[in-house]
Amino acid sequence: MVRITTPCSGVTERSFGCNRTVTMQTYNFVEEIVKKTITSGCLSLSVLLVGFLLVSCSHNAGNTNEAQQTVLINGAGSTFGYPIYSRWADDFHKAHPGVQINYQSVGSGAGIRQLLEGTVDFGASDAPMTAEQLGQSKIPVLHFPTVLGAVVPTYSIPGVTAELKFSPAALSGIFLGRIKKWNDPAIARANAGVKLPPNNIVVIHRSEGSGTTFIWADYLSKVSPEWKTKVGASTSVNWPVGLGGKGSEGVTALIQQTPNSIGYVELTYAIQNHILYGLVQNSSGVFVKASLDSVTAAAAATADSMPADFRVSITNPSGKDAYPIASFTWLLVPTQITGANKRAAIKSFLHWMLTDGQNDAEPLAYAKLPSAVTTKEDVAISQIH
Amino acid sequence: MHASANMTERAALSKAPRAFLHRLRSGDEIAHIITLMFAALVVGITALLVYQLWIQSVLSRQKFGWIFFVTHVWDPLAGQFGALPFLYGTLVTSAIALILAVPLGLGTAIFLSEFSTPRASDIFAFLVDLLAAVPSVIFGLLGIFVMVPWLRTTVEPALQSTLGFLPLFQGPMYGVGFLAAGLILAVMVVPFIVSVSREVLIAVPREQREAALALGATRWEAIWKAVVPFAKTGIIGSVFLALARALGETMAVTMVIGNDPRISASLFAPGYSIAAVIANEFTEATGNLYLSALVELGLVLFMLTFVLNGLARLLVLTTRQRGAGHQ
Repeated sequence: MVRITTPCSGVTERSFGCNRTVTMQTYNFVEEIVKKTITSGCLSLSVLLVGFLLVSCSHNAGNTNEAQQTVLINGAGSTFGYPIYSRWADDFHKAHPGVQINYQSVGSGAGIRQLLEGTVDFGASDAPMTAEQLGQSKIPVLHFPTVLGAVVPTYSIPGVTAELKFSPAALSGIFLGRIKKWNDPAIARANAGVKLPPNNIVVIHRSEGSGTTFIWADYLSKVSPEWKTKVGASTSVNWPVGLGGKGSEGVTALIQQTPNSIGYVELTYAIQNHILYGLVQNSSGVFVKASLDSVTAAAAATADSMPADFRVSITNPSGKDAYPIASFTWLLVPTQITGANKRAAIKSFLHWMLTDGQNDAEPLAYAKLPSAVTTKEDVAISQIH
Repeated sequence: MHASANMTERAALSKAPRAFLHRLRSGDEIAHIITLMFAALVVGITALLVYQLWIQSVLSRQKFGWIFFVTHVWDPLAGQFGALPFLYGTLVTSAIALILAVPLGLGTAIFLSEFSTPRASDIFAFLVDLLAAVPSVIFGLLGIFVMVPWLRTTVEPALQSTLGFLPLFQGPMYGVGFLAAGLILAVMVVPFIVSVSREVLIAVPREQREAALALGATRWEAIWKAVVPFAKTGIIGSVFLALARALGETMAVTMVIGNDPRISASLFAPGYSIAAVIANEFTEATGNLYLSALVELGLVLFMLTFVLNGLARLLVLTTRQRGAGHQ
């Protein structure tokens, strides 16, 4: 077998066909033609060149098409999820160079608004969308839990270095302004051996709308009927008492400076900044210190009763290992995505996020999803079409 | 006849463009058109701003009407929004800032223009201008880490023990609150007062001073009775520039005010300001009414600035007229 490019006529459009394998039988004939054409000057050369050019051009065209087909996915929302979403965008881009994910941490509320207005491909929120918001969306929106966040009580009391234990009644009482002094029996009962001063408690909360506040208020709503009716759960609430600090760093600064103060910060923030935080009594009566494991345990405890749309609050779950003040944070993805490439890219990203992506969670101090939840979510991806 | 009339008409026609071209060449017309465009643009941007605030606050305006200004509840969850605590916080902190900053700034400006050597005055003015260029978040950080603890442990207890009979200085002392926000604003606006007032005082004609001194006035009398009144308009201008800055300041205020929408007589109590609440809640505001209420707060702040600016103009106008009456 001899591989030869046949300089046949009908140069341009048929030049692919000329670039084929010919057998020995036809070789002589071809050789003759080749000789003829060579002798007839540069015609054959030019034909060959054209052939090569066309072949190489078509290769180039293929490459540029691929480059043009880089799928750009825009997302916006939660600032809480920003560190891991940006990591995921990088890692996913490395694994799939054709997909570029751009995530802007504009806040959950702004993320939801941008999703409703169709200016982003997906949103991200620390609180699930309300029925009213879902009603405003022209296209049904799916919720995909991504990782878990937890919120911990942190405090500074002169002379107290112990990890305090907080019962639900103590926390709701303090934040409602009912419990005013640190040596109140509701606090002291659980902390035998710790000398609590008879000083007034200064409550410190987040001043800006925040997913952290949502988780905290959602928990208090579950353990205190009074909180539920008077205050409720939202990213910003009408606080009965206290001072507002701007951001986790603002809250931490105020707590550390103000004697006898108590506030709340994300577990991530407390771990990274080595902040002293308290234990919280869960629904089984056990005082649990928040850790990435105890947060994943909280999610696992609710996996069986998980609703199909994943819009679920997992604060105060059952399970004796479960830390009670934890929540999913969600990606919000429309069920209809125009553009097959974009749709495929988003679906493959969601799948990747639920599998390989989960390994990024713990190094960044997020609690990863329990496998019972990721399995269910993986099934839900098929609803995108 | 007919032909000559035509001729003159034609001459007039050809003359006008030539004159226009001449003026164009000399730059007048170009400068006129370009500066007019710039001026129109600035006015247009302001108008667009108000228009957008007006349009986007429609939900909240329709729902609450004038009640918005007197409601003191701000509950995003219940859909209850009122501007009163924010309005109060904005006015109180700005008032504290001016009460502290005006004597300080004016005193500094008088020293720099009247008593110090011109060289020292220039160096000092340069340093003061630097202070004006410090980003507000830096003021906020200094506020929260240095000023707030100092207020809580030193200043506020001292005020309470001496002036504690006034409701202004009663109640628990957190460090953060109206007083902290007012103080930090005072530091932030002093450079405006110093810088502008100094220039105005320097611009007062020498004769004004010399005449007063020649009449037997002491140096201070000459300054206070002849120089400062002469520069009054400019000084008031500097104060209102400072006020505008104080009203709109966001970052430094939110870091030290305590962010609690409550109206308290005590300056030690935490409060909230309009600019601060907008910055804090806008990103996470879900729900159209909530968003609309925040935009309306923006409108309220704009109106407040507008009204106060108008009052300033009025003040300047009346003082000018009074001055004219004396002459």
